[in-house]
Amino acid sequence: MKTLETIVAKHPFFDGLQPAYLELITGCAANHVIKAGEFLFREGEEAQQFFVIREGTLKLLVQMPAAGEIILQTIHSGEIVGWSWLFSPYRWHFSGRAATELRVLTFDGACLRQKCDADTGFGYEFMKRFSRIMMERLQATRLQLIDLYQVRE
Amino acid sequence: MSTLDFVTVPVNVSDPMIPRVYRVLRTRWNTGDTFSLELVPQEGGDIPAFEPGQFNMVYIYGVGEIPISISGDPARRDLLIHTTRAVGTVTHSMSKLNVDDTLGVRGPFGSAWPVELGRGKDIVIVAGGIGLAPLRPAMYRILANREQYGRVVLLYGARTPADVLYRKELEQWRSQFDLDVFVTVDRATGNWRGSVGLVTQLIGRAPFDPLNSMAIVCGPELMMRFTTMELMKRGISGNNIYISLERNMKCGIGLCGHCQLGSVFVCKDGPVFQHSQVEHLLTRWEL
Ligand SMILES: Cc1cc2nc3c(=O)[nH]c(=O)nc-3n(C[C@H](O)[C@H](O)[C@H](O)COP(=O)(O)OP(=O)(O)OC[C@H]3O[C@@H](n4cnc5c(N)ncnc54)[C@H](O)[C@@H]3O)c2cc1C
Ligand code: FES
Repeated sequence: MKTLETIVAKHPFFDGLQPAYLELITGCAANHVIKAGEFLFREGEEAQQFFVIREGTLKLLVQMPAAGEIILQTIHSGEIVGWSWLFSPYRWHFSGRAATELRVLTFDGACLRQKCDADTGFGYEFMKRFSRIMMERLQATRLQLIDLYQVRE
Repeated sequence: MSTLDFVTVPVNVSDPMIPRVYRVLRTRWNTGDTFSLELVPQEGGDIPAFEPGQFNMVYIYGVGEIPISISGDPARRDLLIHTTRAVGTVTHSMSKLNVDDTLGVRGPFGSAWPVELGRGKDIVIVAGGIGLAPLRPAMYRILANREQYGRVVLLYGARTPADVLYRKELEQWRSQFDLDVFVTVDRATGNWRGSVGLVTQLIGRAPFDPLNSMAIVCGPELMMRFTTMELMKRGISGNNIYISLERNMKCGIGLCGHCQLGSVFVCKDGPVFQHSQVEHLLTRWEL
């Protein structure tokens, strides 16, 4: 358990969190290894976790009838993936498949939601950190939509 | 000395308004819409010495003249290379040139990537799309003096895997132990094995020391704006970031005012600028 706490504490996402909050979070965390090609989560399935990629690359995918798999984004070591666990109906909107072997920290969303509700100070701190990631992804998505490299008419 | 003088290079040709005739030695399509021309002077002799980041005014007879950066190795004086994306009238005509056809070239003009100022530092090269072409001479220059630099990191973003420029060279650079090369595309289907996402998203995980780095950035202006924001977020100061600007040009030597951006002429003071010197101009809508 000690090592898990150390791993969590070292990640920038949790940087500066009070020790008591870190303990709460670590209580909802587990270490996993996923083989290359396996799905970490699948579109439509129940979403009850989020993940910190410790090592490896994850492909965020969507299935398109004619085009097959479209890679929306790749997620790399140190990055965080998954926020469908935060909002009802708690379903994955996209699929996540390991591009290489993955070492991930898995966080139990139901457990964390309960803790956020019970301690709103913790909840606020946690949501602030998640909002930042969501904002960064939203900005990147907007730029992707602009299609930076196309020829302007 | 003006604040912009440190990267400018004096014009190095006898009459900068008279094109010299070049012959096409070789043509090559790099991607579906981007091609490279290898050119030699029609009357023989060397091409003029140039600095990484400089451009030529390339004249397609009867069609028009446009600025195109030099994308070859500055150590080679036997060959002039231009890599061009076919987007409109002149570039489409240029793409149809065949071996032994001729065209006019004026230059080299403009300021250079100040790679010498990066000695002893980590070098972060960020390219988007065709922006890799003007950066390639800087890469050659740095690699020729590799021991003078710290880490050398190349971050390159293209639209799709089919749009990745200089693929073979990128693969070769990636296999070198003393270079860190990251390539990402904005969109890809399932069989692409590399990164998907904007080039800006590579910055957070790129290995360099922000307090001792110089960054050189080239790509669409919007890409450069967001790239410089990310680089500064990582801790590189705006004084250590250089970008290359594009504006329509006519004379290429600071006479006609066509390329004016606020108080600067992109052809003469640029195209390479220190980011902190032009930052305020980039977000002014009326310019
Ligand atoms: C200093 C400098 C260096 C440059 N170096 C290079 C280089 O190395 N390689 C290269 O390919 N280009 C480079 N360019 C851009 C190049 O000069 C233009 O693409 C060219 O002038 C377009 O001329 P055209 O007659 O083919 O297009 P036009 O007929 O003038 O334009 C046709 C259409 O293309 C669009 N368009 C024009 N330019 C661009 C562009 N750059 N990107 C996207 N859409 C565009 C226009 O909006 C228009 O809709 C450079 C520009 C500058 C200022
Ligand atoms: S192109 Fe004439 S002043 Fe710059």
